[in-house]
Amino acid sequence: MTGLQRAAREWLPPAGVIVAALLAWELGVRALRVPDYILPGPIATWQAIWQWHRAIWFNAAQTLYTTLAGFALALAGGMGLGLAIGYSTLVYRALYPLLVAFNSVPKVAIVPVLVIWFGIGTVPAIATAFLISFFPIVVNVATGLATLEPEWQDVLRSLGASRWDIFRKIGIPRSLPYFFASMKVAVTLAFVGAVIAETVASNRGIGYLMLSASARFEVPLVFAGLVVVALMGVVLFAAFSIVERRLTGWAYRGQVGIGA
Amino acid sequence: MPAGGRPADEAFVRFEGVTLDYAHDGRAVRAVEDISLSVRRGEFVVIAGPSGCGKTTLLKTAAGLVRPTRGEVRVGAAAVAGPLKIVGMAFQNPILLPWRRTLDNVLLPLEIVAPYRERYRREQAAYAARARELLAAVGLAGFEDRFPWQISGGQQQRASLCRALIHQPELLLLDEPFGALDAFTREDLWQVLQTLWMERRFTVILVTHDLREAIFLADTVYVMSARPGRLVSRTPVDLPRPRTLEDTFTPAFTATYHAIRRQVGEGRP
Repeated sequence: MTGLQRAAREWLPPAGVIVAALLAWELGVRALRVPDYILPGPIATWQAIWQWHRAIWFNAAQTLYTTLAGFALALAGGMGLGLAIGYSTLVYRALYPLLVAFNSVPKVAIVPVLVIWFGIGTVPAIATAFLISFFPIVVNVATGLATLEPEWQDVLRSLGASRWDIFRKIGIPRSLPYFFASMKVAVTLAFVGAVIAETVASNRGIGYLMLSASARFEVPLVFAGLVVVALMGVVLFAAFSIVERRLTGWAYRGQVGIGA
Repeated sequence: MPAGGRPADEAFVRFEGVTLDYAHDGRAVRAVEDISLSVRRGEFVVIAGPSGCGKTTLLKTAAGLVRPTRGEVRVGAAAVAGPLKIVGMAFQNPILLPWRRTLDNVLLPLEIVAPYRERYRREQAAYAARARELLAAVGLAGFEDRFPWQISGGQQQRASLCRALIHQPELLLLDEPFGALDAFTREDLWQVLQTLWMERRFTVILVTHDLREAIFLADTVYVMSARPGRLVSRTPVDLPRPRTLEDTFTPAFTATYHAIRRQVGEGRP
């Protein structure tokens, strides 16, 4: 199979589905004569994207910034706390119920509190992105450590390795695939958190853009915002999937050929 | 040869009345009962017995991974209270770390065992050279940069053997290291191990359920009964070395095999 054929086989099915969906959407809207202020078709949406591309660009950049800032904080904090929880049963028992309780609180409910503390704008969005993406990282890293194979520990223990040695030599490498797997999920969650916070309380960002557009009944612009949000989500997910594959190739050994 | 000029017949490893219970559903289950045996410096001892007779547990007491319920194991002059740096161990599964290349897997003990770990950074090149030499000795030259999942099970077990030997242990503990391999690879590795041992003369305790393997490799074969594991017999094997695979079909070999096989039968309750 040539490289071209392989690429075609990989990209044709999703591309076909997307094109078909867009076509059905446009035809449906036209056939049923749905007005633009109820449901704009893809062409009207595209026109709105083009017409408002400066505003969209400005606000999307803001959302990307708050997402990544919150995500970066969640990575550092989540990795740290996950390792601590995985390393020590005491820390695990002490913190886990609190973490679960905290994770169960809908983050939308916290945004108003954040606004009281930090005012309207960037900080509540970053904080919400952090809060919503923090938990899966902690749980994944802790799981990676907790499921350490006893045989691996025996190998190191028979050499007289300390608990710290075992943690360093097998604990951390072992938890990395879990960490990177959680990154993909967490980055999309961070993005959701940022958009939620912008929708509730902000004066910029893609969430704010969509909220103000719908207040003015500019429904095509709302849809333009939705499309941009979806695209950004896909791009972020894909970017961190690539990072994951690069850094923990051994965990994908089934799919990686010799010498790859 | 024997370190420190000690006489070769001095007991280097001594199991003294080792009994081991473990808790199962809140009840104490006896795995090993009252095992006493001693191993000379440089001796190749094989402990054979049926599956589940507690021979692996017994080996783990010598490795310091498990504490006997009663009795003690002495290595050198002292009772074993924890893992010793003069011990190397290989397990039934190779248990190589999948994110490390073969060479780095073999080097692992040197990153942990004193005094190597303190010198590791400075001596890395020399250590790597030693690891390459060892890998070449077991037939793995050219595979140093492969990941474990890129080599066969037999090759992984060879690498695992190298890892157990890289820090030049005086005592090598082998827990059914060839048990999961096919017959061809297994017999190949018997010879590899015999050659390494004849060159370096470390002390070996190998645990297996394969009597041919036991007789091929051992100076002395101990047989354990089914659970709770007790010692049933001790058989010195005087066949000349190096032993070859053809030797396993000679009358002397077969006679030893049958003699030991009968004792395994008598060990049954």
